[in-house]
Amino acid sequence: MKNIKYIAIIALGLVACEPELDNSVEDAGFYSAGTADFSNFVSVGNSLTAGYADGALYLEGQKYSYPNILADRFSHAGGGNFTQPLVNDNFGGLTLGGTQITDNRFVLSGDPLALSILPGTPTTEVSNILAGPFNNVSAPSAKSFHLLSNSYGDVSGVALGTANPYFARFASSSSATMLGDAVAQDPTFFSLWIGNNDILSFATSGGVGVDQLGNSTNLSLYGPNDITDPALFHGTYDAILSGLTANGAKGVVMNLPSVTSIPYFTTVPYAPLSPADPDFGPQIPTLNGIFGQLNGVYAFLGVPERSIVFSETSASAVVIIDEDLVDLSAQITAVFLGSPAFVPFVESLGLPAAAAPLVANLLGTTYGQSRQANANDLLVLPSSSIIGTVNSTVAAALEAQGLPAAMAAQFAAEGVTLPLEDKWVLTETEVTMVANAQTAYNNSISMLAAANDDVILVDVKSSLEQLANAGLSSNGVTITDEYATGGGFSLDGVHPTARGYAFIANIVLKRINTEFGASIPVTNTGNYPTVYID
Amino acid sequence: MKKLLSFVLFFLVGSTLYAGGYRVSIQGQKQLAMGHTGVAVISSAESVFFNPASISFLDGKMNFSLGVSGIIAETRFENKDFGDVNSTESGLATPFNFYATYKANDWLSFGLGVYTPYGSSVEWEKDWSGSHLVNDIDLKAIFVQPTVAVKISDKLSIGGGPIYVNGSVNFNKNLNRSLVDLNGNRTNVTVEQKGISAWGYTLGVMIKPIEKLNIGFNYRSKVTMQAEEGDADFENVPGSLPNNLSDGKFDADLPLPAEVTVGLSYEFCDKFLFAFDYNFAQWSEYEALVVEFDNDAGVSTSPRNYKDAETFRFGLQYEATKKVTVRTGVYFDQSPVQDGYFAPETPRNDSVGYTAGLSFKVNDKLSIDASFLYLHFDEIDNSYDHYQEGGQNVPFGGTYKSSVIAPGLGLSYKL
Repeated sequence: MKNIKYIAIIALGLVACEPELDNSVEDAGFYSAGTADFSNFVSVGNSLTAGYADGALYLEGQKYSYPNILADRFSHAGGGNFTQPLVNDNFGGLTLGGTQITDNRFVLSGDPLALSILPGTPTTEVSNILAGPFNNVSAPSAKSFHLLSNSYGDVSGVALGTANPYFARFASSSSATMLGDAVAQDPTFFSLWIGNNDILSFATSGGVGVDQLGNSTNLSLYGPNDITDPALFHGTYDAILSGLTANGAKGVVMNLPSVTSIPYFTTVPYAPLSPADPDFGPQIPTLNGIFGQLNGVYAFLGVPERSIVFSETSASAVVIIDEDLVDLSAQITAVFLGSPAFVPFVESLGLPAAAAPLVANLLGTTYGQSRQANANDLLVLPSSSIIGTVNSTVAAALEAQGLPAAMAAQFAAEGVTLPLEDKWVLTETEVTMVANAQTAYNNSISMLAAANDDVILVDVKSSLEQLANAGLSSNGVTITDEYATGGGFSLDGVHPTARGYAFIANIVLKRINTEFGASIPVTNTGNYPTVYID
Repeated sequence: MKKLLSFVLFFLVGSTLYAGGYRVSIQGQKQLAMGHTGVAVISSAESVFFNPASISFLDGKMNFSLGVSGIIAETRFENKDFGDVNSTESGLATPFNFYATYKANDWLSFGLGVYTPYGSSVEWEKDWSGSHLVNDIDLKAIFVQPTVAVKISDKLSIGGGPIYVNGSVNFNKNLNRSLVDLNGNRTNVTVEQKGISAWGYTLGVMIKPIEKLNIGFNYRSKVTMQAEEGDADFENVPGSLPNNLSDGKFDADLPLPAEVTVGLSYEFCDKFLFAFDYNFAQWSEYEALVVEFDNDAGVSTSPRNYKDAETFRFGLQYEATKKVTVRTGVYFDQSPVQDGYFAPETPRNDSVGYTAGLSFKVNDKLSIDASFLYLHFDEIDNSYDHYQEGGQNVPFGGTYKSSVIAPGLGLSYKL
């Protein structure tokens, strides 16, 4: 009897007790897609579209890729399913034939917290080809022209460097192009964010590549760290956009942020050498004594601007190699050898007079193309871990030439006595090359977007400038470009955090709402994680 | 009797939600059916709760009442800015009550009450958008009240007794809005303590100034539930997090506020009884939920700033036949929660309770009492504005709509 009663009570409750709002967000028409149709959303791009963060592509990052966040928002206004070529784990490294070919993700660990690569064996094997299609057609490190390449997804080319491991994992065939795989899905709506790597790989490599300005035809001459010719970029972008809009799809294109908006280039100061540093400060008089000799030679050769002086009261700039300076190695060596004061100087260093030619040669080759950095030079993030350290390779080489071990080490201090190599610094000239290309690309993106009524431009460049200058705020959180602590950028210093991607998604959504007359809810940025602690 | 006991024990597992903060106004099937009036009603052993003085005037040497309700409550939350839609899990909660009275002689009566006037069981979807405030909470408190009543005259009685409270708390929330471990699992904390003991008391006065009119007064003291050295279990804490968030202990106080009820009942047309109760609860006692952890989580203070709350109750009883008595009622229940303090752990706004029920007399001694409560809440746009992150308030709010029904069943036995 009681049992029956309670079954009845429960049944009654189930039918009677579902509270409903008068005007529920789940009611049809509560949110509107405006003139857009999100039923089949396809996103095309590079690492920034893939959800790459912390130097790797891992599951958590993919979950918070900006197009995945968008797709979740679109689901309120007729959006369909959004699939991504998910990796296998949260380590993030890739393997090819069982051998790890990319690093695991960065995390913060230890006490005190420090940057480290997450230990563990990754399980994402590139040769395990996923069955697509996937709405997110993006591959970390893809450049604009890669989207049109029919060898970019060929897994057999990964080891040779002719194919991209991320795309090869899910390309529809070994000769598929990224654009082709996107267009084949017949998207109703798309987002395109491409071109970043056309400058960024040059920039992050410290400008070791070549500016291919003027070479719009011969792709075989392009190295991985080169700057893409703007004319080639324009033609490529036009082709991509034409492909994506061919069936009448509407979409958004995003322009390219400046390198000075990302912590990879803004974290390490050009003048990090503090006199308060016990490893550096006490040596300043000695260093200035030695460099005083060199500065005299610079003055004699008519290049006093190359003088190296370390301040005993304020932080000094590091010494760098600037490829764009005339190489004066031979002249420096010759001037030293011709100077009557040089032999006594060599002896004052505790070396025999016979070592004078060796030292003159050494000074000439080391400082033939060097100068101290200035505020327009950008030191890349990884340089922070080597500045001031002894370059053991150089030290060993000096020792082999006959210098005592201690002195060899003294002349191999990175950024102090050993000018920083090209790869650690994006020099003023290189910054200008990057900025010129970026401006040209962005002009192309604006022009091509404006020419198509179905396409709107999202000015991510300006938003990231604002992020870098003042920070961006919403929903009780502010993100800045401060490395590791700012919340906007992941630990690789280039790619956003999940929260950073959420801000970007909201910027895109607001444009879609305005331009397509849609009313899609934004996402709550405060709920997204930032950097990960092990 | 053994069977009865196991029946009671079975329903100890859940006593729950609703009516003013975490107060659950379901302390007797007969009286619930009359809008949960009763401070001036002389009808059954349920008076042990409603007004201990009135047991002096009960018929019969001994009276027993036993009842249980099944509360089916659900709250829906929506946020239009973000498109959030969340609902609480609608479990079945079962506040119960057991009362017994014994008339020792003409002027002295004894009673015993066991009931569950407080409780809250709210379970949101894990990691929902308000999970930094609460994932789930389960408060239980069982009151045991020995009672004595003295009839001073045929027109006046007083009564009262100590209240022993045994309660438990289990509360889980995420540590903040975004902290996760390497695999994205949200960092959260569960605080739990069982067997919390506390004491209080109740006093009542019953006046029968003229025939057919009763006036009642009841005071129930504040009871403070003090969790001391409860278990705090932190989960998914990143190992290298500089803050020490290892599992430990916690202390917290939760006030069950004092309340005063005054009311009257009036018999008319022979078969009708009208009752009115005015209830005032001193919810302003509840200023903040302060949880002190013994690790780097430190002292977590969540301002509540409740206000005192009133309830107006109206009930009507009609003896339809010799076997059947029907009852109905309505009450207007003011929420103690103020604007800007609307926390999803007690998503409570003003409500109107509609009640009905009937008693069926099996014989002169035994009757079966059925009750039904429908608690209506308007939908409300409100927020909790006092959660802090990085030194600034981060409001959490949206539109809430709650719905509660509670069918109940009881037995009354008279000797």
